[in-house]
Amino acid sequence: MGLLTFSGGIHPYDGKDLSKDKAICDYFPVGDGVYPLAQHIGAPAKPLVKKGDRVLVGQKIAEAGGFVSANIHSGISGTVKTIESRMTVGGTKVESIIIENDGLFEEVDFSANIKPLDQLYREDVKEIIKEAGIVGMGGAGFPTHVKLSPKNEDAIDTIIVNGAECEPYLTSDYRRMLEVPQKIVTGLQIVINLFDHAKGIIAIEDNKPDAIRILSDLTKDMDNITVNAVKTKYPQGAERQLIKANTGREINSSMLPADAGCIVHNIDTIVAIYNAVIEGRPLFERIVTVTGDAVNDTANFRVRIGTNARELIDAVGGFNIEDPAKIISGGPMMGKALFSLDVPIVKGSSALLCFREDIVSEVTPSNCIRCGRCVEVCPGRVMPNKLADMASHGDLDAFVKCDGMECCECGCCSYVCPAKRHLTQIIAGTRKQILASRKK
Amino acid sequence: MNYTMKISSSPHIRDKETTTNIMGTVIVALMPATIYGVYNFGLHAAFVICLTIACCVIFEAAYEKMLGLKNTVKDLSAVLTGLLLALNLPPEVPFWIPVIGSFFAIIVVKQLFGGLGQNFMNPALGARCFLLISFTGRMTTFTYDAVTTATPLANLKAGESVDVFAMFFGATAGTIGETSALALMIGGLFLIVRRVINFRIPAFYIGSFTVFIMIYAIVSGRGVDCSYLLAHLCGGGLMLGAFFMATDYVTSPITPNGKIIFGIFLGLLTFLFRIYGGSAEGVSYAIIIGNLIVPLIERITVPKAFGKGAVKHE
Repeated sequence: MGLLTFSGGIHPYDGKDLSKDKAICDYFPVGDGVYPLAQHIGAPAKPLVKKGDRVLVGQKIAEAGGFVSANIHSGISGTVKTIESRMTVGGTKVESIIIENDGLFEEVDFSANIKPLDQLYREDVKEIIKEAGIVGMGGAGFPTHVKLSPKNEDAIDTIIVNGAECEPYLTSDYRRMLEVPQKIVTGLQIVINLFDHAKGIIAIEDNKPDAIRILSDLTKDMDNITVNAVKTKYPQGAERQLIKANTGREINSSMLPADAGCIVHNIDTIVAIYNAVIEGRPLFERIVTVTGDAVNDTANFRVRIGTNARELIDAVGGFNIEDPAKIISGGPMMGKALFSLDVPIVKGSSALLCFREDIVSEVTPSNCIRCGRCVEVCPGRVMPNKLADMASHGDLDAFVKCDGMECCECGCCSYVCPAKRHLTQIIAGTRKQILASRKK
Repeated sequence: MNYTMKISSSPHIRDKETTTNIMGTVIVALMPATIYGVYNFGLHAAFVICLTIACCVIFEAAYEKMLGLKNTVKDLSAVLTGLLLALNLPPEVPFWIPVIGSFFAIIVVKQLFGGLGQNFMNPALGARCFLLISFTGRMTTFTYDAVTTATPLANLKAGESVDVFAMFFGATAGTIGETSALALMIGGLFLIVRRVINFRIPAFYIGSFTVFIMIYAIVSGRGVDCSYLLAHLCGGGLMLGAFFMATDYVTSPITPNGKIIFGIFLGLLTFLFRIYGGSAEGVSYAIIIGNLIVPLIERITVPKAFGKGAVKHE
């Protein structure tokens, strides 16, 4: 049998050698903590603190603004300076709580939150996860407690832990799998036990054989967890593609993973669930890979949410070039280019990727030669070249009819296009426009 | 310290493949056939090739200059069109034939429809067919070893015997680039291995043509005649057409299933033209007619989007 995979996809230079051997190390911020109230999908959180309040590490400083929303906890101890709008990674300004760091990292008593696992009902576990402010940490930021409360709980038969880490350069999930495999397995067991018929799958790309081996050894006596090696190919870790590869089931853009009987969690999310349920610690830190050819060194930091991105760059010795061309929050395929280094690390920040040169601004798009490469690599099996034409002609009806809304914006089409057309950008922009007009 | 950082939408990396690389690779793949053509037909063939390429490039540059468009000579597509057109010309054509052909290919077929990527038929083949209709005598006079002679396909059609070995290696009369099936197959396989072209069009074109010829041979009482089949495969423009003309990105279907239908359609047309048509050759007309139905083929072969029609798992 071949490796589990999906149709389409690309094989870009993976750049993981830069940081894959760097063990996770703690970074303690020195500057202020900035906590945007909207760093998840759903309603923004509501602040619980006001100017002048003293807060501790792990203290809830904002509470969910609805069911689809998430609590926010401080990663530092200090005094609330103000609540004002601040620039975030996307370049937009978001209302944020600013905390002046006193450098003491005085923690709230987490042990008070710990209850023995066998005394917890399912609803209690979900409540702990909700209270801990856990959201999908792969980037989208969907609140985890919502994911864990599907309409039909009996239909859920597969919990997939996404250890594919298919984005080039990122190594945070890989380091987690090597260093805290036990937490991943226990975290997964906690989630599996929330459902009557669920089994667990840990899906890892076959370019991480050591991670596959460690987790396979750890789970070899567990009937309810399997470790699947999936083919190394971008976007193997995209939710829909991962479900297809591991279960053979397909879902479209209007469906949720639960409609395929699946719930998919990022590695960091599973660890956050472990931390919350077993150790009583809410979500206030995550792993961030700092890498690229423009920094003096690379690292996999355990970072407090709210830490200024500039601090992390300084922590690896700064840039090795006077003027780096591009800094990306996340991976090179789907990450966001930063407008400014003065943005906070949020729950969905997986990496800071620094490039000496930026290829995108050097290429000039030319006419489509209809080579069909975009169609060949598209994991959504749509026709990016046609969609881009319809989008630039403003023919939104045709765009929708030709399944433009099924695009997952993975970037494969732009990557392969020999005419260097910005296909993903054109299609993504149009999707946004259509989604916005539907909301009206 | 503030940096001037570049902002763009994701993805932030790009593959190295460019339009220019692709065109260059196809030109390289045509080199065995080109070199063999010059070896086979002599220096005049080399002159025709250089002249056609030069004319195509000049017409492209001049047209774009006149209309104030961006110069696209660097993408090598005009060079490739010139080379393909030259390989489709008889070796002894007078010099004005390549000039008129290049004008038709670049200006009429390509630029008037919007330039690279917008033409509805293969420029080189469109020009060849235009020349064939306009200057039939000049375009169908083939000399070999300084003697005016018929092409092997014409001989085959007339019921004469042909030397299949000579046809495979290319030591026969014909257009400059079409005679050596071997040289063309080497180039074609190189393109498939380099993933510049997909195997589907040549495989289904040649495959379906083989099937039709075999059926015809059996039905017409010839029986299973391998040398007749091989003569059809190695003769005329089939190899050049199947590997280099039918696979032209712009004028072939983009969808995987569309490529299969397109290949079979070309096989059928080539068979019909060669067996029932007035001329012995049929590849050029088959491909340009095939080009015209590409939009229709694409319309019926749109791939099913991921998850389309998926049902909820209970």
